[in-house]
Amino acid sequence: MNMKAMLKKSGSVIGLVVLFAVISCLNSSFIDPSNLKNLLRQVSINALISFGMTFVILTGGIDLSVGSILALSSVLMGSFIKSGNDPVVGIVLACLIGAVLGAVNGLVITKGKVAPFIATLATMTIFRGLTLVYTNGNPISSLTESELFHGFGQGYIVGLPVPAIMMLLMFGVAYFILHKTTLGRKTYAVGGNEKVSFIAGIKIDRIKIFAYTITGFLCGMAGAILTSRLNSAQPTAGTGYELDAIAAVVLGGTSLSGGKGRIVGTIIGALIIGTLNNGLNILNVSSFYQQVVKGIVILLAVLMDRKKS
Amino acid sequence: MEIELRNIHKAFGTNQVLKGVNLKLKSGEVHALMGENGAGKSTLMNILTGIHKQDQGQIFVDGKEVSFKNPLEAEAAGIAFIHQELNIWPNLTILENLFMMHSVANAWGVLDFKKMRQIAEEKCKEIAIELPLDAEAGECSVGQQQMTEIVRNLLVDAKVVIMDEPTAALTERETDKLFEVMRSLKKRGVAMVYISHRMEEVFSQCDTVTVMRDGVSVDTKSVADYGREQIVRDMVGRSITEFYPPRGNKPGEVVLEVKSFQQPGLFHNINFTLRKGEILGVAGLMGAGRTEIMRAIFGVDGCQSGEITLKGQNLHINKPEDAIKAGIGFVTENRKSEGLILDFSILRNIALPSVDSFAKKSVINFKSLNEFAHKMASKLGVKAQDLDLEAGSLSGGNQQKVVIAKWVGKKPDIIIMDEPTRGIDVGAKRDIYELMNELTANGVSIIMVSSELPEILGMSDRIMVIHEGCIAGELLHEEANQEKIMALATGGQ
Repeated sequence: MNMKAMLKKSGSVIGLVVLFAVISCLNSSFIDPSNLKNLLRQVSINALISFGMTFVILTGGIDLSVGSILALSSVLMGSFIKSGNDPVVGIVLACLIGAVLGAVNGLVITKGKVAPFIATLATMTIFRGLTLVYTNGNPISSLTESELFHGFGQGYIVGLPVPAIMMLLMFGVAYFILHKTTLGRKTYAVGGNEKVSFIAGIKIDRIKIFAYTITGFLCGMAGAILTSRLNSAQPTAGTGYELDAIAAVVLGGTSLSGGKGRIVGTIIGALIIGTLNNGLNILNVSSFYQQVVKGIVILLAVLMDRKKS
Repeated sequence: MEIELRNIHKAFGTNQVLKGVNLKLKSGEVHALMGENGAGKSTLMNILTGIHKQDQGQIFVDGKEVSFKNPLEAEAAGIAFIHQELNIWPNLTILENLFMMHSVANAWGVLDFKKMRQIAEEKCKEIAIELPLDAEAGECSVGQQQMTEIVRNLLVDAKVVIMDEPTAALTERETDKLFEVMRSLKKRGVAMVYISHRMEEVFSQCDTVTVMRDGVSVDTKSVADYGREQIVRDMVGRSITEFYPPRGNKPGEVVLEVKSFQQPGLFHNINFTLRKGEILGVAGLMGAGRTEIMRAIFGVDGCQSGEITLKGQNLHINKPEDAIKAGIGFVTENRKSEGLILDFSILRNIALPSVDSFAKKSVINFKSLNEFAHKMASKLGVKAQDLDLEAGSLSGGNQQKVVIAKWVGKKPDIIIMDEPTRGIDVGAKRDIYELMNELTANGVSIIMVSSELPEILGMSDRIMVIHEGCIAGELLHEEANQEKIMALATGGQ
């Protein structure tokens, strides 16, 4: 591989490294192990959602409802645990609820033939509305005393935060599906050219429904992590998460028109966004400016990508 | 206006595309530019119209040396290029398209649509055509879109019009209309460069022929002096004594039977059979419903009524998946939009329909998948150094081979090929014909839809002619000739 191709493949990695170096030069407490662990935990939620978003975007779609799915599965899980049920079952339930909501997206898009942007824009408000109706707008707090449950969001295994471990685990699963299975190949093919794929006999609808379902599943898992971290289910949780997720996918080099991109890029994209959030806080940059900086970084990344190709 | 291109050279990177081309264009002549794909025809025209800059050589317009920096400058000088992929804004009306770059406005800068409409109508009248000025361009037929481009060029008073494969996507009637318009342009003294692979058109419409091969102009002669044989010889650099390889094998038993197949408005009462190892040619005019019938058999466009029996088994085909399962493959007429995922690698394109057979519990065995793709690519003679190259980077002929490889790899009993050699060069055509013979010798049956009569006559064991959605007649290879086919295709006896 020549220099240029190397650069092209690892552009986002270089960006991440530079970002890391600059922030730690400005404030050395950034690279404290405790902060790095914190950073990983913060990144994990966006990363999980972004993995799903990668599937969806690879098929040429988009999912705006991720934050709402996270909230709805989180409050349903919250009330399930609050009424005395096993918290571990609650976590599994959150994932499954997310998957069902994601499948609803997929069905509306494929069977109803609604454009993904419109369909998920609608379900975004529907799911959020249902969350508010169900909770009457109030958080469900002090869910349980279960150590196991708290550990899911707050604990550590071999020195790593549990959410980060879940993130790596799901990364592995997503990587395997996308690169080693027929399902992954077909996900790329559908986004690359739907017509060609249809004529080649690929079950387009099934592939798309799967993409939205796995996204919902991961949103449910992210919701469970968030809920466990706070020991409380917030009906307004996840607002605006769709933008961070899309940003992570795009930063990772996945094409919004579908068919091109890598899940490795997505995890790096999520790390860049997390590093920015965490680092700018440590540098005491006002949250107003943080938004400006984040936007500029996304723009720069995309512009550089354009230039290389 | 007279144009002369003298000793034009051009390289893209290390690829020397033009190595000294000469071309003279006189006013009021239709000048055919012929050559295999990759001979450099389009590059030459791109240089003339300022899209590319030549490395060496000169361009003269009326004896004065010129150098256009961009297409706008060329257009201002009266040279217009109608590309194969038409330059229209599909979301705007025909009228808006016509005046997009040269709109007419009043003193306040407000667009004067009344005036523009008047001008447009005048120009249309001059060349005796009608255009639906208020229709969205994207809703119009390709023929109308093309006329829009021609009128647009008239508006800027083009003296030279270059047309790249203008009839490739036109119906018979639209083609005739185009020729009429070309004749009236000719009367006005407009010179035309006509790039085409279609020998008939060149002989009926053009005055002069220049043949290019491998980046050089081989010869320029009047159509009458040149002659078909010599043109082909100059294009390929060797004489093709027998262009269509002889069909050796005899078709076997009936494998496919289609009974009272119909789709209201498109085709009705289609009954035919296909034998093992047979090539069934399907002829007819454009728009007669040939493609629609094939797409319905393969389940691309859904609902239809009728019966399909394959090897005695009744098939229910609702989507391509069903057809593939039953052992049918389909090389669509449009390889760029339906045949290939252009920015995927060659390997992934070849593997597309077969990927399931290289997976255990859906986990892919990449080693055997790669072996398979390489085997298919070499069997089909795909010329590419590396199967990881994007399919879109291949020449038309090689792209078509990839599409065919993709289906042959599924080992189907029947392959439907819709215009299998459209827009590809002579050498690649011959390769594909030989492959068809090899396939049928191994028991595969082929249905070949084609608009090129010589191809239908040269390759088919049996010919089915479609006219306005019905089967107008069937001819055996021995009894068929161009006249008989055309008579059936146009509804005569």
